[in-house]
Amino acid sequence: MSQPTVVTAGADMFADSVAGQAVDVERVDWRPPMPGTETDLATVATDPRRPEANRRAVEAMLGVTAHLVDVAPASEVLGLEKGQFLHAGPPIEWDRTSGPLRGALMGGAALEGLVDDPEDAVALFESGTGVSLEPCHHRSAVGPMAGVVTPSMWMWVLEDRATGRRTYCSLNEGLGKVLRYGAYSPEVLTRLRWMGDVLGPLLQAAVRGTEEATDVTGILTQMLQMGDEAHNRNRAGTLMLLRDLSPAMVSAGFDAKDVADVLRFIGGNDHFFLNLAMPACKLALDAGRDVPGSTMVVAMARNGTDFGIQVSGTGDEWFTGPAQVAEGLFLGDYGPDDANPDIGDSAITETAGIGGFAMATAPAIVRLVGGTVPDALATTRRMHEITLAENPRWSVPVLEFQGTPTGIDVTKVCRTGILPQINTGMAGAVAGVGQVGAGLVTPPAEIFPKALAALAARAASA
Amino acid sequence: MTTPTTTPTRDHVELRSGAYADSVTLLQVSRAVQATPGVVAAQVAMATGLNLEVLEGMGFDIPASSPNDMVVALRLDPDADVSAALAAVDAALAPTRPTAGDTTVAPPRTTGSALRRTPPGAIALVSVPGASATVEAMDALEAGRDVMVFSDNVPVAEEVALKQYAATRGALVMGPDCGTAVVDGVGLGFANAVRPGRIGIVAASGTGCQQLLALLHHAGGTSEGVGVRHALGVGGRDLSAAVGGLATREALRRLDADPDVDLVVVVSKPPAAEVADALTRDTEALGTPVELGLLGRGQRDLTAVAEAVLERLGHTAPEWPVHGTDNTGPATGPLLRGLFVGGTLCDESMLMATEALGPIRSNIPLSDDLALDDELLIDAHTMVDFGDDALTQGRAHPMIDPTLRNEQLARAAADPATGVILLDLVLGHGAEPDPAALLAPAIEAARRDRPVPVVVSLVGTDLDPQGLDAQRDALVAAGAEVHLSNASATRRAIQLIEGAAR
Repeated sequence: MSQPTVVTAGADMFADSVAGQAVDVERVDWRPPMPGTETDLATVATDPRRPEANRRAVEAMLGVTAHLVDVAPASEVLGLEKGQFLHAGPPIEWDRTSGPLRGALMGGAALEGLVDDPEDAVALFESGTGVSLEPCHHRSAVGPMAGVVTPSMWMWVLEDRATGRRTYCSLNEGLGKVLRYGAYSPEVLTRLRWMGDVLGPLLQAAVRGTEEATDVTGILTQMLQMGDEAHNRNRAGTLMLLRDLSPAMVSAGFDAKDVADVLRFIGGNDHFFLNLAMPACKLALDAGRDVPGSTMVVAMARNGTDFGIQVSGTGDEWFTGPAQVAEGLFLGDYGPDDANPDIGDSAITETAGIGGFAMATAPAIVRLVGGTVPDALATTRRMHEITLAENPRWSVPVLEFQGTPTGIDVTKVCRTGILPQINTGMAGAVAGVGQVGAGLVTPPAEIFPKALAALAARAASA
Repeated sequence: MTTPTTTPTRDHVELRSGAYADSVTLLQVSRAVQATPGVVAAQVAMATGLNLEVLEGMGFDIPASSPNDMVVALRLDPDADVSAALAAVDAALAPTRPTAGDTTVAPPRTTGSALRRTPPGAIALVSVPGASATVEAMDALEAGRDVMVFSDNVPVAEEVALKQYAATRGALVMGPDCGTAVVDGVGLGFANAVRPGRIGIVAASGTGCQQLLALLHHAGGTSEGVGVRHALGVGGRDLSAAVGGLATREALRRLDADPDVDLVVVVSKPPAAEVADALTRDTEALGTPVELGLLGRGQRDLTAVAEAVLERLGHTAPEWPVHGTDNTGPATGPLLRGLFVGGTLCDESMLMATEALGPIRSNIPLSDDLALDDELLIDAHTMVDFGDDALTQGRAHPMIDPTLRNEQLARAAADPATGVILLDLVLGHGAEPDPAALLAPAIEAARRDRPVPVVVSLVGTDLDPQGLDAQRDALVAAGAEVHLSNASATRRAIQLIEGAAR
């Protein structure tokens, strides 16, 4: 024991008293926790399993390297059958689906030939005959925005070589009128068919023909130092992917025009890499699942109606509340009334510590989401208040290469009332419209006390 | 309390959701606003159940609110300017802390976050409401740091969980509900400023520790080399059967391992017998000599413990100072009334008085059959600890807010059966800047109608921010007799009561 610094939480008079003795004082800006959480917080805080459980969950998550090992149709790699639809977010029934999810399901039904006209799919889903809905997350997959996956769609396949675990994500269609934003017009379906006929097979050949499998986690490390936060900005990541795959694409023996089309398509879509960032994040977070006593969030996902989280210590249970409408900038004449509540599995990036959590490293897009550069720095710093660790691989140069805030802790969210900051695109509320803007959103606050209560119940019976 | 109808006033009530300040700060804010011209009454408080009761009791009409709302309730003269009063509220609430050089970095929101920002070896001082204290303390323990939990009303099961976890981390939990520590000369919570030296103190008692600090400091004025290296308050319940001395053991281990500690003193509220026995055995195995000063029937008082410590170090105990004996006449009735802010001082006085006068009724009784219910003034010798959890729920500790005790002092003085009033007053870091200024008028008022002897044990040192001499003089001027030793004060009170009975 030698002349210590004193950290004070509580009455200012005690901090003043210590400071008056010429001792360094760091004051906690303490405020009461979310209403009604005190008892559960104490129960979970004193759960003897918790500190070690969180250490294990974090370690497992940080230890994962995601390699791109294949591209293949969902029917092959997920065993998805005709009439089975995956979607973003927690489970939902057709009658509660929002416009963009409806639109994407209708377009997906037409893509699979279940109906000729997407409009006819409404009756099909209403009847429920021969169709079923299931979250992507339940099949080791993630999908941006509506996240609809049908059997014929080609999927990225990522693998953790240490364990052989895999995760999956569809191929990115680009921006504007696209299925994942709920558009299902003929041009949308035409593009999806080209992706199935040309893009998927060529990417498969390229991935299989690339000697050294692409290290997606490594690309994420680099892109975070190149101005991408890997949710709303994936420009550097997309170009690095092209760099890795182009030689094999060119030498795969495909028609030169198809190769050129594919290169043009990828190069023209700054978000192409998002669909690799997401399953890489999921692969890491899944390693942190199912650790009894851990309070780490392992998934945040939205289906356009509900926002749901899953927590390591509570298995596959979803804790849900109403999805919020993002604040941000709108395309063209669209305004807040046109926007659908938050949708997509892409918040898996924030769950893993990038996206909104790495805002400080992506000053180029702060205005897209309606902020300033100081806001961006403050956001990343604020997220450290609710996370368990810093990710040593994902560092932010402007913050002295501090690792990104990683591993959202349910207890810290409840204690501070600070909600995870998510960067997001905004879909139109009406089926078929497509993207209307981009911005910032948070989860509904009440899902964290719900998760906390479940953790407390398990701690009490452990 | 209702508004007198003769002077018309108007009320202004507003809720500020999302605003928060701790109860001590709000107490100071309310006081400051009350002093604003045109303000008849002011209460700024978080809308907790207890505070709402207080506000309703004051006659304010409070709209529906949640405990996380701040209520600003003002009662104004009819012609007063409400905006001036609100400006006073805002000014009093404005943060006075110095802003950091880099204003873009927001302050930490949890103890864990603050510890990540500070150098290794930082310790945590937690004084948030009891329901949240465990959570903050766990942050420190997880980081392998020592923590002092000043907060009271921490459930005992949580205290045990904290201390069990601390044991696995080699960390020390000081407290809860024993707000005293001196770590390398730095006073945490309620602590006296003392001369540094080679004595180590482990205290399962806050005011017991402060009494020992005050006595040893006084003795050190004449006995060279007497001083305190560390005083580690381990929580008033640490030697209870439930907690089993978990923190006492860790504190003893630390002090035993410290080459700059020659002698360790353990002081405690009356401990559980089996815990005391185990502790006695443990201390015999230590390399550093240990003086055990565990209060209890037939055991030494704290002053005797201090004297034994001095003797062991080769010194003779001084005469413990007493002032204002001329103020004191014979007892004015048969009953002794002890009104304490320090729980251990109350315990000590009860143990001594029981032996001389028989059973003492109390809110912290020596045995369950002697418990007081809500009525604190009954037809028997009574001693009340105003620092007990039950009397601090929803309000500040009496060392900060003496209102409750001063009210009871007036009641006791007005009771013709009251023969002597025994009080304590504790100085040091964390206590009121001028506590005698609040207590002296109450003593003066109590003695106005008949000269009830008021005997005060004034626990403090000449290095304390309040200044021992000035505080003592104010109390003596108000009519009190002032002792440095609580045992000496208690003995004097007993003697006066016995004199009346003769």
